[in-house]
Amino acid sequence: MLKGPTPEVDTGEALPLLDVRDLTVEFQTRRGVVTAVRHVNISLAKGETLGIVGESGSGKSVTSYAVMRILDRAGRIADGSVMFSNLDLRQIDESDMRDLRGREMSMIFQSPRLALNPIRKIGHQIEDVLLQHAQADKDVVADKAVEMLEQVRIARPRERYHAYPFELSGGMCQRVVIALALACRPQLLIADEPTTGLDVTTQKAVMDLVTELTRERGMSTILITHDLGLAAAYCDKVIVMEKGHVVETAKAETIFRNPQHAYTRKLMRATPRPGIGLRDLLPEEEAARAGAIGAAAAGSAAPLLKVEKLVKEYPRQGAATSLSRLFKSGPTPEGDVFRAVDGISFEIARGESVGLVGESGCGKSTTSMMLMRLIDKTSGTITFDGEDIGAIPARDFATLPQRRRIQMVFQDPTDSLNPRFTAARAIADPLLRLSDIPRKDLRARIEELATQVGLPLELLDRFPHQLSGGQKARVGIARAIALKPDLVVLDEPTAALDVSVQAVVLNLLQDLKDKLGMSYLFVSHDLNVVRLLCDRVIVMKSGQIVEQGLTARVMDAPQAEYTRDLLAAIPHPPI
Amino acid sequence: MLATIGKRLLTVIPTLIGVVIVTFLLTRALPGDPAAYFAGPAATKEAIEQVRKNLGLDKPLPEQFVRYVRDLARGDLGNSLSTGRPVTTEIVSRLPASAELTLLGLIVSMAIAVPLGILAAVKQGSWIDHTCRVVATAGVSLPVFFTGLLLVYVFYYILGWSPSPIGRLDAFASAPTQITGFFLIDSLVTGNLEVFRSALAQLILPVVTLAIFSLAPIARMTRASMLAVLASEFVRTARASGLDSRTVIITYAFRNAMLPVVTTLGMVFSFLLGANVLVEKVFAWPGIGSYAVEALLQSDFAPVQGFVLTMAVLYVVLNLVIDILYGVIDPRVRLEG
Repeated sequence: MLKGPTPEVDTGEALPLLDVRDLTVEFQTRRGVVTAVRHVNISLAKGETLGIVGESGSGKSVTSYAVMRILDRAGRIADGSVMFSNLDLRQIDESDMRDLRGREMSMIFQSPRLALNPIRKIGHQIEDVLLQHAQADKDVVADKAVEMLEQVRIARPRERYHAYPFELSGGMCQRVVIALALACRPQLLIADEPTTGLDVTTQKAVMDLVTELTRERGMSTILITHDLGLAAAYCDKVIVMEKGHVVETAKAETIFRNPQHAYTRKLMRATPRPGIGLRDLLPEEEAARAGAIGAAAAGSAAPLLKVEKLVKEYPRQGAATSLSRLFKSGPTPEGDVFRAVDGISFEIARGESVGLVGESGCGKSTTSMMLMRLIDKTSGTITFDGEDIGAIPARDFATLPQRRRIQMVFQDPTDSLNPRFTAARAIADPLLRLSDIPRKDLRARIEELATQVGLPLELLDRFPHQLSGGQKARVGIARAIALKPDLVVLDEPTAALDVSVQAVVLNLLQDLKDKLGMSYLFVSHDLNVVRLLCDRVIVMKSGQIVEQGLTARVMDAPQAEYTRDLLAAIPHPPI
Repeated sequence: MLATIGKRLLTVIPTLIGVVIVTFLLTRALPGDPAAYFAGPAATKEAIEQVRKNLGLDKPLPEQFVRYVRDLARGDLGNSLSTGRPVTTEIVSRLPASAELTLLGLIVSMAIAVPLGILAAVKQGSWIDHTCRVVATAGVSLPVFFTGLLLVYVFYYILGWSPSPIGRLDAFASAPTQITGFFLIDSLVTGNLEVFRSALAQLILPVVTLAIFSLAPIARMTRASMLAVLASEFVRTARASGLDSRTVIITYAFRNAMLPVVTTLGMVFSFLLGANVLVEKVFAWPGIGSYAVEALLQSDFAPVQGFVLTMAVLYVVLNLVIDILYGVIDPRVRLEG
């Protein structure tokens, strides 16, 4: 008796939807040909979800662009084959390829707001795709677009059809991009860092939506991400890439339980997760060399910083402008102001590091800007070492001696450095402006700072574009500690860095704090990172503090509903 | 939208007040004594003083200013000292000539430069890109009087294709009934095709001269702006969703690239309007540019004042139009208005 599938079904199952063999991609640059991807093999079955994980420069995005054939003009596929069903994507015409894009294979991108045409209504953008692939007639296309918006759970879709991208939140824009990608029911979806830059709860909502919609339609998905946890939580199979090579391919469960390649192990170690210490992020030998972390500061009697009932109000958009106020005098009505920060109170002790956590729009950046005295408060007090610095106008603060005592490390290490300043000049900047250091001692002090932050001295005369992300972060930190401040505000200092670099920078920050006795206010949306670096945590939502307490207490036994939601939304790798 | 325009108009008022003050002071600061010029070379000291008194130039500056503003409010810009005709009438009759020339020059220039810039950006590094660069550089590096004279030499003197480059109409045609002051439009409205043909024939050479000159900024700005937009992420999304290149380039890229181009257009227009003095000279065009220069050379301050004021008002109106255009193109601007 012959059992088993018929030959046709058999080949149907054996034939993967996407089969990439020996893919090599080259870029023509001014310094010659750069090979971004080398001999990559990918096989993706129907209905399968594949994660491609790697740090920046690993070639994970380039691989996907090569599959879609949307490399920019400098890039070209130098070698290998890309088979989609039974089509050789390297051979077919551009016009055939265009028909495939959006209809059979589509993509969603990082930074959803930028991925949409800023001056075209979102409904029309969805219609463009539907009409292009003849998925709807002109008279019903609007209904179809609204239906797509409904499917990606956009509330009031008929109204939102007329919205422009700038009128929607980041999460909503990503839903629109998903609607755009799925409008023609493609077989393959490539998601390139779809949730980077989104809040953790939004990330969960978006990823759950993608999973549900693709599963419903029996689609195959490639999820490109730097986040191992995300890949593990949502993928069947994971590919780890490093410098254009695939270093490991395995099932999601096994790769986390039993990573084979050294790079995978390093990546996994560097990923912040519950139940580990700061040193555990570093590779073993470095962790041993780094030594123990100093004990948390004992809460001394007088706090370094005391914030009481701090409020910041902004006029609502569309409300009275300065011009119309000129003609209509009188007080601003209550409804015209938006409270970004709504009466918060907290303290920071000497030598303590406090995490300020919340999602975008919760007021954490506004709070840190007020503490930095970059913007003025509406009401409340900011007492720094016994002095009410909140009363000093932000405009005057830059030249006062107190400026030296509160410094900041910014989120984007590239944008926060003057591109025309060398590393040495950038570090010297606060010294030249705010200290009376003699010129002859300047270089020595810069070198001392560079040594402290682990920046090789030979890099000091380079410009920012000649430095890596981690090196730029070190310059930013050296600049912030140059004046020996008492309080450093760290505004998501590692958000733009790769996990392995993040691990090193976080450890560096901890060591500096132990050595110099500074206090930190660590502003972040990443609870796992905050857990590692901070003694206490403050959770903010809609301008108010919903919970604050010792890190371990807040993380392990959260009191507020919102904190529990935040913690639940973090994807956990199955370790 | 109307409210936005209304608000925008309110902000124009302080600008205009400033312009009135500055024009007044500027013309008073001009070198040369109008009274002496007007009285003639043989005049005695007393005669000059008499003229000065008649012109009101002996009064203190604030009093002169008050008088100036009062006249201005009545639409009176004073009389030209050399011709004796009211400046307002002169400007009203000459402005359409300049405006017609400049506008047409700009339209022709746009019609060539914008597609050229788009093509150059889409096919970056191709022969069309290089052509765009060469044409634009050549156009901007040749002074307008030179291009103008060259065109007259070739097309009038050698080939004889063009009518004699004097004025807005040939000697045998008479001006159409004034409606807009633009001969092309007026003649069409009144159905006088003969005049239309004559006006067009006279316009071609000066318009081409201006267009060649203004090609460069528009083409280069279109190219640069298109290149930036083509590299942006939403264009990548459009390509990744399989939209055809026409939609990607026109609907997605070009509409976004238009914003800086519109700004450039405004600048090019205003500087053409002022700078076509030379073109007007070469083609004996009865515009306000040549009028102002002649007045300036004769220390005839009233026409100069009128000219500067007219240009300032035009410039303000132009900026208003550009702001409105911005709002039409970009929904984000509408919100802020």
